[in-house]
Amino acid sequence: MARIEFRNLGHAYGPNPASLQDYALQPMNMVWEDGGAYALLGPSGCGKSTLLNIISGLLVPSEGQVLFDGRDMTQMPTRERNIAQVFQFPVLYDTMSVFDNLAFPLRNRKVAESEVRARVHEIAEILELTRDLKQRASGLSADAKQKISLGRGLVRKDVAAILFDEPLTVIDPHMKWQLRQKLKQIHHQLKLTLIYVTHDQVEALTFADEVVVMTNGKVVQQGKPEALFVRPDHTFVGYFIGSPGMNFYPLQIDGDAVVIGQQRVDVDAAQLQALKHANGELKLGIRPEFVELTTAGAPGAVSANVVQVQHLGTSQLLTAEFGGQIVKARLDASTRLDGGQQWLRLAKAETIFFSNDERIGR
Amino acid sequence: MNKPYNNKAWFFILPVFLTVAFSAIIPLMTVVNYSVQDIISPEQSVFVGLEWFRAVMRDSELHSALLRQLIFSFCVLLVQIPLGIGLALSMPAQGWKSSAALVILAMPLLIPWNVVGTIWQIFGRADIGLGGYVLSRLGMDYNYASNSLDAWITVLVMDVWHWTPLVALLAFAGLRSIPDAYYQAAQIDGASRWAVFRFIQLPKMRGVLVIAVLLRFMDSFMIYTEPFVLTGGGPGNSTTFLSQYLTQKAVGQFDLGPAAAFSLIYFLIILLLSFILYNWMQSAGNGNQATGAPHE
Repeated sequence: MARIEFRNLGHAYGPNPASLQDYALQPMNMVWEDGGAYALLGPSGCGKSTLLNIISGLLVPSEGQVLFDGRDMTQMPTRERNIAQVFQFPVLYDTMSVFDNLAFPLRNRKVAESEVRARVHEIAEILELTRDLKQRASGLSADAKQKISLGRGLVRKDVAAILFDEPLTVIDPHMKWQLRQKLKQIHHQLKLTLIYVTHDQVEALTFADEVVVMTNGKVVQQGKPEALFVRPDHTFVGYFIGSPGMNFYPLQIDGDAVVIGQQRVDVDAAQLQALKHANGELKLGIRPEFVELTTAGAPGAVSANVVQVQHLGTSQLLTAEFGGQIVKARLDASTRLDGGQQWLRLAKAETIFFSNDERIGR
Repeated sequence: MNKPYNNKAWFFILPVFLTVAFSAIIPLMTVVNYSVQDIISPEQSVFVGLEWFRAVMRDSELHSALLRQLIFSFCVLLVQIPLGIGLALSMPAQGWKSSAALVILAMPLLIPWNVVGTIWQIFGRADIGLGGYVLSRLGMDYNYASNSLDAWITVLVMDVWHWTPLVALLAFAGLRSIPDAYYQAAQIDGASRWAVFRFIQLPKMRGVLVIAVLLRFMDSFMIYTEPFVLTGGGPGNSTTFLSQYLTQKAVGQFDLGPAAAFSLIYFLIILLLSFILYNWMQSAGNGNQATGAPHE
């Protein structure tokens, strides 16, 4: 188990990156604590696989360092890093039994056969694979295969971290939940550092203690799931997390109010002060969950025309339009909504303001 | 709903039926027909039952041709399969080097079989051929036309040169289909180069290797053109393989009955051996590893 630290770590596939756009992974500093469960979340091509490959040693970064428990591992080959990895699809040694698959990493390291046996049985017990130990690995279901892949990492006592590269992609939906529970349970039991790469926000938010959100090679926020929801540091986090994502509106400042889509909206004095100090392109962001219906002319409200109301069981999703902008609001299922015009409160305590896509102050 | 019942459906299988009939059943039945008759002249023939089969089975020349054939095919597999795998493993995986290696490797496959025979006939000659000349300058008494061992080895080396590329191409295709994640997992698991070959590459290549073994077995078992051009079956009968012996019988002596019986036996031997090889290779991949099998 290890504490993983990145120091000015960056990677560009081409030589001499001139601007930040040339990086597959923009230089950054980050610390992942020993025994934590971390998720790397972002769309395809955001650099999360690059970061994962740097951790596992399949890729040597073009700049900066990776440290495990303070030891510089940047140049260390994969086999000496004590990393385990579960891939997107099950990677097994087809001709071997489940037992041999689990024993393989230990036997390669010349561990005594008696210890191999004890360790494999111990891990098989945790993963509920004991009954299948004598079976050929290739005949098992996809979720059992992924458990074996995971088991090959767990059998090693010296393993520093286990990396998961979208491990639930090939698993049936009803097994996904079970397997994720299993992962959490193992995490509690063995206190391992787990790193989970995914583009599925539900997986990331339910699995991890801390989520690292990436886009275009940049780490835009690292934080607890609630923080990502309530206080996104970047418009991308607001947009990517949540379903539907945050509402964003470009704004101008006009005296003691802001203007969004030709409507004047009153904002809190402190927020206004922060906005006046910020430069760059300003945006107001509010989650659909925080938008509320209000009365005509209420502070912080805009007048919008209802476009659509979708009933989602426990809530309903309102889509409305004002001055060419769309606003989505998640409202209580019991709220009575008549079509036509509604006043929606966009500026309130939960509202976040962004300057050049970065959160302002607070 | 009232479904009409009629026999129109038969028309739909007619094309398949005709194709199979003309391509396989009719020629085969012609041979079966010849094999049970004594054809004295085109107008006159006598039904002789299994007489030709008995005669062929007792033919000692056939026995020795069969033995030669078995040894030859066995040697072909023994050399070409490992060599093909080795070539595939040492080839560059991608880029222009890979393409270049593939083209160079495929060259012998593009040469007509009788030309292959001619090339080696000249190549092996001590007076004008590069191979024969070098060997004789090295002090070896090499002459494929008079020494039967030399002739044998020359035919074998020629076949290896001609057909190993096919095995290599198949094995290469098999290797390329292995996803990178397997190699990454092996690195993470600390597997040695040998373990990667034994537990990832070889199992993943099994499908194509079964095809390679069957193709090489069947082809080598039917080898005709190259030794015919190179040695003409000699010296003596040392490189007379089954096909050539059959041709001598059927065309040379015009013994259609025995030749037909022989053809059928030949066909059945290939079928049987292919079947055995196939099943053996399938079970070698599926069985024997089940419970904590010893590890190298």
